[in-house]
Amino acid sequence: MPRVVVDVMPKPEILDPQGKAVLGALPRLGFSGVTDVRQGKRFELEVAGEVTDAVLDQVHQMAETLLSNPVIENFTVRVEQDA
Amino acid sequence: MKVGVVTFPGSLDDVDAQRAVRLGGNEAVALWHGDHDLRGVDAVVLPGGFSYGDYLRCGAISRFSPVMAEVIEAAERGMPVLGICNGFQILCESHLLPGALIRNNHRKFVCRDQRLRIENAATPWTSSYDEGAEITIVLKNGEGGFVADEATLDRLEGEGRVVARYLDVNPNGSLRDIAGVTNERGNVVGLMPHPEHAVEHLTGAGVDGLGFFTGLVEAAFS
Repeated sequence: MPRVVVDVMPKPEILDPQGKAVLGALPRLGFSGVTDVRQGKRFELEVAGEVTDAVLDQVHQMAETLLSNPVIENFTVRVEQDA
Repeated sequence: MKVGVVTFPGSLDDVDAQRAVRLGGNEAVALWHGDHDLRGVDAVVLPGGFSYGDYLRCGAISRFSPVMAEVIEAAERGMPVLGICNGFQILCESHLLPGALIRNNHRKFVCRDQRLRIENAATPWTSSYDEGAEITIVLKNGEGGFVADEATLDRLEGEGRVVARYLDVNPNGSLRDIAGVTNERGNVVGLMPHPEHAVEHLTGAGVDGLGFFTGLVEAAFS
């Protein structure tokens, strides 16, 4: 069954306190070399039938209205086939 | 006036808000998130809490509840709507108010008696106060950082739509110390601190919050 993935990320100019917390924890665990962390959300939508342009249009609408808040977040939509 | 207070699954402060509405000289009407009508109320309060468990984003799911379709329509016709804390988040998610509320910049839940300055005393919710009045009410939030792009912030300030600003400390990283804003028409107000917890001397930080609930009557008779 095809899967449509929506990734939602805080906009670059929006403070991401959760990402900052992760960034702060990494050196304490001995991981070095990471200069920034941004934390987002990944939605996996299982779709019945073929992923047509109409289906992708609908997913874009879902992402705009519910999955993301366009004031503070950006999103991307992509299709993932079964491995 | 009849003031509806909406209870969503996960609302916490609905009963306090109803009590504050009554102490302010109004009749409180309990509204349920699944309601399809507003039962003839003259104004609506969206109370604080964690509606729908704050799942997805604070207020993101409540915003699509049946009662919110009615609240949005009434707000667009000019009905006074006050969103406190989670209610403010719901109003931003509904796009009735600009901006958004994100996790506190220091990442901890904050609960304190907070000093504020009332910057706009022309809304139906703030008309009991003098412009520039300094009040102390309770603030309690985990995701209370008000953010918007620079152009929006400039517009809000230019149009006098910042309703209240934090004094002494900025408790949550809100841009330009903004604690509350209103819409273009001035009937919809969102506020992060809790006036309904400052209406009686027995509990809370004094009675500085009562004005948010007495102004409606004054506005109606003025």
